[in-house]
Amino acid sequence: MTAIDDLFSRLKASGKKALMPFITAGDPNLPFTAKVLSRLQELGCSMAEVGIPYSDPIADGPVIQASYTRALANKVKLDHIFHQIADTKRSLSMPLVSMVSYAIIHRHGPARYIEAAKDAGFSGAIVPDLLVEESAQFAKLCREHDFNLVQLVTPTTPQDRALKIAEQSSGFLYFVSVTGITGERTQLPDGLVDRVGWLRERTKLPICIGFGISKPEHVRLLSPVCDGLIVGSAIVRCLEKANESEANAIASASELVSSLLAALDS
Amino acid sequence: MSTVTPNANAASSEAIRQVPDAQGRFGQFGGRYVPETLTRALEELTQEYAKAKQDPDFQAELNELLHRFVGRPSPLYHAARLSKQLGGAQIWLKREDLNHTGAHKINNTLGQALLTLRMKKTRVIAETGAGQHGVASATACAHFGLPCVVYMGAEDVRRQKPNVFSMRLMGAEVRPVESGSRTLRDAVNEAMRDWMSSVEHTHYIIGSVIGPHPFPMMVRDFQSVIGRECREQCLSSFGKLPDTIVACVGGGSNAAGMFYPFVEDRSVRMVGVEAGGRGAAPGDHASPLTYGFPGVLHGSYSYVMQDEDGQTSDVHSMSAGLDYPGVGPEHSYWKDASRVEYTSCRDDEALGAFDFLARNEGILTALETCHAVAKATEIAKTMSPDQHLVICLSGRGDKDAAELARLRGQEW
Repeated sequence: MTAIDDLFSRLKASGKKALMPFITAGDPNLPFTAKVLSRLQELGCSMAEVGIPYSDPIADGPVIQASYTRALANKVKLDHIFHQIADTKRSLSMPLVSMVSYAIIHRHGPARYIEAAKDAGFSGAIVPDLLVEESAQFAKLCREHDFNLVQLVTPTTPQDRALKIAEQSSGFLYFVSVTGITGERTQLPDGLVDRVGWLRERTKLPICIGFGISKPEHVRLLSPVCDGLIVGSAIVRCLEKANESEANAIASASELVSSLLAALDS
Repeated sequence: MSTVTPNANAASSEAIRQVPDAQGRFGQFGGRYVPETLTRALEELTQEYAKAKQDPDFQAELNELLHRFVGRPSPLYHAARLSKQLGGAQIWLKREDLNHTGAHKINNTLGQALLTLRMKKTRVIAETGAGQHGVASATACAHFGLPCVVYMGAEDVRRQKPNVFSMRLMGAEVRPVESGSRTLRDAVNEAMRDWMSSVEHTHYIIGSVIGPHPFPMMVRDFQSVIGRECREQCLSSFGKLPDTIVACVGGGSNAAGMFYPFVEDRSVRMVGVEAGGRGAAPGDHASPLTYGFPGVLHGSYSYVMQDEDGQTSDVHSMSAGLDYPGVGPEHSYWKDASRVEYTSCRDDEALGAFDFLARNEGILTALETCHAVAKATEIAKTMSPDQHLVICLSGRGDKDAAELARLRGQEW
């Protein structure tokens, strides 16, 4: 049982939902990432998703792409990220999950990646370019290491395939709200609540919805049908001017997160 | 130029043509490393292509287009003056540069445009480096009345202006990509992102033997018309198979199409030539098969230029079409099976080959193709006059005139 499994069983027992912000590791530097993570926990976030910067992220919109570019321009390396997270995690109780391309995992060696990520304090990984068909070996390694491999379901996933993906996923299931790339949306697609609801009745795995979520009304609409909400680009955008003023960036992200948390509790 | 070594431990010839498997694996290479959002479209494409392949009507329509619209079969031309000049093997040029639009790329775009219609998709996107695939996509789309958006790195928009203009003349929208290195790799990223949102009604015509399954197999099949024709033309022109075939490799579509029909002919030596750029130092070339390692990029597992963290490395080639850090998975498979030899050729050597062919044969050759020409002339010199060497002359050089002038500090 990982810290993520534990979190969702506690949330379920108390009838609560998770808010899971995404931030990019090393944007613009790793000490800042550490400060933001601590602040997110203080505000009441249940867990956080940490993006490992990648040079060719095809599922990401301009905001997250730009954050990866900033981090890589500052020469952030995976070893440095793990080192910083290990240090920060000592004072963090909330679980962390890494969002990472399989290009990076493969280059480091899947077992080595899992071991290093786990040692650093990550409880699992979301690997957006590792389809369920290609994931058998990596999934087995994750199970052996008690490390969650979070799989994704999207609006283009047929129902029978969604059930198969839910069976293979661990920790939670990442339900992608839109057909497209990451980034804030004013409106979420019609039928989203029904599609999540359909899957909700057919899997015991916690379901978290991500992509496009940026407003309290999104949270109010979706939280009744899922176990958690993932907010990425909207937060990364708040943090993108950290180079000018870290305090302002954190204040702006805090304001957004607080409004989303308030919507979650309402 | 790095040395070409003869085939060592060759894989069994029976097995080497039976790829990929149902998962799109060429040995360990290939597969599908893409976001879940694209899976349904890739499955649909796989199934539709399998049906089309067996459908005589589809094949007849494509062959008719290749004949009357493209002008196939392209000639196999005996470069007698060039051969004599070098004093080695007889050099034959498979004239893909004489196809409509000036390169081999049209073989693939017409096939995929027909599939787009069969799948009832209403919009096409494409990426392009040198612009030849962009032009071929724009052409196929104009022919069938499909709207077409072409993503092209901003640096490539600059160095391949004539092609940008041609695409626009045929009604395609060219979107310059300003991210990253502003070259082919970034154009692929942007096209993939477009497809993530538009996948339900848009087909992405990938221009090379790269990307997730079924693209590497399908593009190879559409380009294999080059090798099939060449095989027959060799037999009718000089009564036997060629001794050596040379083609340039960026993503590797002209090479795959040329090589594939010959992979079981063990007597035929095949050489793929990558872009050696300014030299062997990291960042100075675009030769993943020569200097890279297996890794994941743009949806498949293949040799790639990456740093120790798995970040794609910046690469360099003066030719926009070869300026790419990855390569098709089947080339990786052929490399590891020692069926094809891969080597690289520097910018300056390719420029020399441009002049050599221009002045000795009256052919202006695309800078991409010049890499193959340079290596081939070197190999030909080591062969005897009763031997035959074929170069896949994949594209014409008119598009490069302005860039050549710039590289040489001449007025245009």
